[in-house]
Amino acid sequence: MKMKGAQAFVKCLEEQGVEVIFGFPGGAVIDLYDELLRTPKLTHVLVRHEQAAVHAADAYGRVKGEVGVALVTSGPGATNTVTGIASAYCDSIPMVVFTGQVPTMLIGNDAFQEVDIVGITRPVTKHNYLVKKPEDLVPTIREAFHLARSGRPGPVLVDLPKDVIGAMINFPDPEPIRMRTYKPTYEPHPGQIEKACKTMLKAKRPVLYVGGGVINANAADSLTELAKKLDIPVTMTLMGLGGFPGTDPLSIGMLGMHGTYYANMAVANCDLLIAVGARFDDRVTGRIDAFAPHAKIIHIDIDPSSISKNVRVDIPIVSDCRHALTAINVWFDQNKEFSKKAAKEQHKAWHKQIKEWKSKHPLGYVEESGVIKPQFVVQKLHELTGGNAIITTEVGQNQMWAAQFYQFNKPRHFMTSGGLGVMGYGFPAAIGAQMAAPDQIVIDIAGDGSIQMNIQELATARQYKCPVKIAILNNNYLGMVRQWQELFYDKKYAHTTLDVAPDFVKLAEAYGAVGLRATKPSEVEPVIKEALKAKNTVMMDFVISREEGVYPMVPAGKATTEMLLV
Amino acid sequence: MKHTISVLLQNKPGVLSRVTGLFSGRGFNIDSLAVAETLEKDVSCLTLVTHGDEAIIEQITKQLHKLIDVIKVTDMAEHDHVEREMALIRVKAEAGTRAEVLRVIDIFRGKVVDVSPKSYVVEVTGSKTKLQAIIDIMRPIGIQEIVRTGGIAITRGKKF
Ligand SMILES: Cc1cc2nc3c(=O)[nH]c(=O)nc-3n(C[C@H](O)[C@H](O)[C@H](O)COP(=O)(O)OP(=O)(O)OC[C@H]3O[C@@H](n4cnc5c(N)ncnc54)[C@H](O)[C@@H]3O)c2cc1C
Ligand SMILES: Cc1ncc(C[n+]2csc(CCOP(=O)(O)OP(=O)(O)O)c2C)c(N)n1
Ligand SMILES: [Mg+2]
Repeated sequence: MKMKGAQAFVKCLEEQGVEVIFGFPGGAVIDLYDELLRTPKLTHVLVRHEQAAVHAADAYGRVKGEVGVALVTSGPGATNTVTGIASAYCDSIPMVVFTGQVPTMLIGNDAFQEVDIVGITRPVTKHNYLVKKPEDLVPTIREAFHLARSGRPGPVLVDLPKDVIGAMINFPDPEPIRMRTYKPTYEPHPGQIEKACKTMLKAKRPVLYVGGGVINANAADSLTELAKKLDIPVTMTLMGLGGFPGTDPLSIGMLGMHGTYYANMAVANCDLLIAVGARFDDRVTGRIDAFAPHAKIIHIDIDPSSISKNVRVDIPIVSDCRHALTAINVWFDQNKEFSKKAAKEQHKAWHKQIKEWKSKHPLGYVEESGVIKPQFVVQKLHELTGGNAIITTEVGQNQMWAAQFYQFNKPRHFMTSGGLGVMGYGFPAAIGAQMAAPDQIVIDIAGDGSIQMNIQELATARQYKCPVKIAILNNNYLGMVRQWQELFYDKKYAHTTLDVAPDFVKLAEAYGAVGLRATKPSEVEPVIKEALKAKNTVMMDFVISREEGVYPMVPAGKATTEMLLV
Repeated sequence: MKHTISVLLQNKPGVLSRVTGLFSGRGFNIDSLAVAETLEKDVSCLTLVTHGDEAIIEQITKQLHKLIDVIKVTDMAEHDHVEREMALIRVKAEAGTRAEVLRVIDIFRGKVVDVSPKSYVVEVTGSKTKLQAIIDIMRPIGIQEIVRTGGIAITRGKKF
C-alpha cells in the first residue's frame, strides 16, 4: 500500500498498540501533526515543555508496562528532551522518542533548527537512529519499539528528517524482527539455577535484595512466592519498591543511603544476598568493601554488564527475573530435601535478630506540636488512599520521605527518577500516569523547589482533565542539599534558601486548578480529603517543619552500617 | 594488563563513534584502534588495544557486546593468535648514513617504499616490540616522522 511517510508513521504507532503519545509540535514535524488530526484513535497530549513529554511518556509506560512515546520537533524541541531521555536511560524505562529533523539534503549544513540529536543522545539511549531513506522508516520504527521493550529496556530515539516523512512509501507487511546482533538472554542456565538453589537451601541468614528489574519483568508474584516459601526477608531499592508488599512482615523496607536501619544491618550481616534485578548502585552499597562483606552473592540480571560491575558476584544468573524466579520456585517445589517448615526453623534466629534491629531503630520521626511533619503527611496520604494510589515524586527529601513512608504494596505504583534524580520529574510523570490509569488516584509528592521546574504542566493537566494531586512538602528550601550543608558544611546554607516563592494556592488557581494549604497538623487530613474528593487538578501546599532531615542517612562513601539516625 | 580486542561490527553510520564514545564516557583506555571491512561488506572488524585490570576488561567486553551494532567481541588474550602492527617511518638518509639505514632496514625485514635525496620512507611490520626496537635504533640517525597503524590480530587456525 502506497502512502505518505507521515501516514506510515501513524500506522506504525497503531500497529505497536500505542494509544497515547506526548508531544509538542514545530516546523519539522508539522506533517506528522497534520496526520495525527486524522487519527482520532491516537490521543496526543500537548505538553508545555518537551522535557515534560518525555517524563510523562516514561511514567505512562511504567504504569502500563508498555513503551511510552514522545514526539517533538527538531533543534530546541529535540534538545529539550535530553534530560528526560537520560532519566529513562538510567532507570531502564522502555520508551521511543521521535524527533523531527531538517531535510536530509540540509543535514550537516548548520540549517535552521538543526542539531545532531543522534550524536547528542548516543550515550543516553539504548540505541538511536537517523532515518535517511524513506523505505527505512517503517522497519526502523518497528525495530525501535522492539529494542525499547525487550531485554534490558531503555529509551530509543528515532530522528525523522522532514523529507522522509513527506515522501511516498510502500507500507511493508509486518514481519518478525530478526536482528543479527541483538539477542537478549531470557532463560536462565539450569546449572546456575541449581547452584543458586542449593546455596539458598544452606543459608542461615539470607536476604532478598530486589530492584527495578523485578518491576520491569512483572515478577512481583514469583518473587513474593519465593520469599514466602523460603521465609526470607526482603529489602528493596528505590526502584524496586512495590516489587514486594511493603506492609508484609517479611519486608524490611528500602536499603541504602536512606534505607532503614534494619535493612542495612541485615545486608551487612547476611550470609547470602540474593540480588534480583538490582544493579548495586552506589546509593545502595555505600563503601563497596563494607557491603555485604560476609555474604555469598547470587545475582539475577538480564544485562550481563550489570553483573560483577561494582561488587563481585559468586553465582551470576543472566536471565529475565521472572523466568529465573519461576525456575527457582519450581526447583524448590520439586526438591524433596526442601521443606517450608525446615526453612522457617533454619531462619528463626535470623528473623529474631532483624526484629531486634527493627525495635531498636524503627523507621520514624520526632513529633512536634503545632508543626506539620512531612513524614506525617505521607503517612496520611497512605492512610486516606488505602495505600492504593499511584505515587510519583520529585527529587530530594520529598522523594525519600515518599519512599520511606508510603508503604507500596503493588508494583507499578511508584514512579520516581532514581538513577538521574531529575527535579521536575514528578509532576509530568503524574500526568503520564493519570493518562495511563484514568480511574486511579495519582499523587505527585513534591518539593517546593522541584515543582517549579515543570510547573507549566498545570496547563496540560487541566487541558486533559487529569485530576492529578500534587502534595508539596514545602520547607522553603532545596531541602536535600540544605541537609548536606547542615551535616557536612557547617550549616552554611549556600543558595539553598528559596527566598522568593510563589503562593502555590494562587498559582494553582491561576491555571484553573484547585489550590489548598495546610499550616497545622490538624489541617492535613481535611486538605487531603478535599483534594481526593475533587474532580479537578489539585495542588496542596503543606507548610512543613523547615529543617526536617531525612533519616537514617549513610553519609556518601561511608559503610552502610555507619548510619546517622533520627 | 594490555589486551587486544577484536570487534565485529555492523557497518552503519556512526558505529565507530558508538565504540569510541563508550570508551571515553566510561573512562576506559584506548591505546590503538584499527578498523576496516571484512569479507562481508556490511561487516567491519575493529581491533583495539586497551589496558586495565581483569574487572575493567570484563566490563569493556560486556559493554561492547551491549552496543546494538556489535556482532562479536573477542578478547585475543583468550585465544592463540597472531598480532601485527605496521609503521611507516620517514628517516633521514644522507650521504654518510644511507648505507647504515639500509642495513637496519634489512635486519628488521623492512622495505624502502620511497626514496628522496635526503630521506627514505620505510615500511615495517611486526609486533609492537619489534617496531619499538627499530624505532629506537633509528632515532639517533634521525626519524622525521612516524605513522603507525595500531595492532591488528587474528586467531590461529586449528592445529588438528
Ligand atoms: C536523592 C536520591 C537518593 C537516593 N537514595 C537511595 C537509597 O537510599 N536507596 C536506594 O535503593 N536507592 C536510592 N536512590 C536511587 C538510586 O540512585 C538508584 O536509582 C537505585 O538504587 C537503582 O535501583 P536498582 O538497583 O533497582 O536498579 P534499576 O535502575 O531499577 O535497574 C534495574 C536492573 O535490573 C535489570 N533488569 C531490567 N529488566 C530486567 C528483567 N526483565 N529481568 C532481569 N533483570 C532486569 C537491569 O539490567 C538493571 O541492572 C536515590 C536516588 C536519589 C535521586
Ligand atoms: C535538575 C536538578 N537540579 C539539581 C539537582 C540537585 N538537587 C537534588 S535534591 C535538590 C533539592 C530539591 O529541593 P525541593 O524540590 O524543594 O525538595 P526537598 O529536598 O526540599 O524536599 C537539589 C537542588 C537535581 N537533583 N536535579
Ligand atoms: Mg524544598
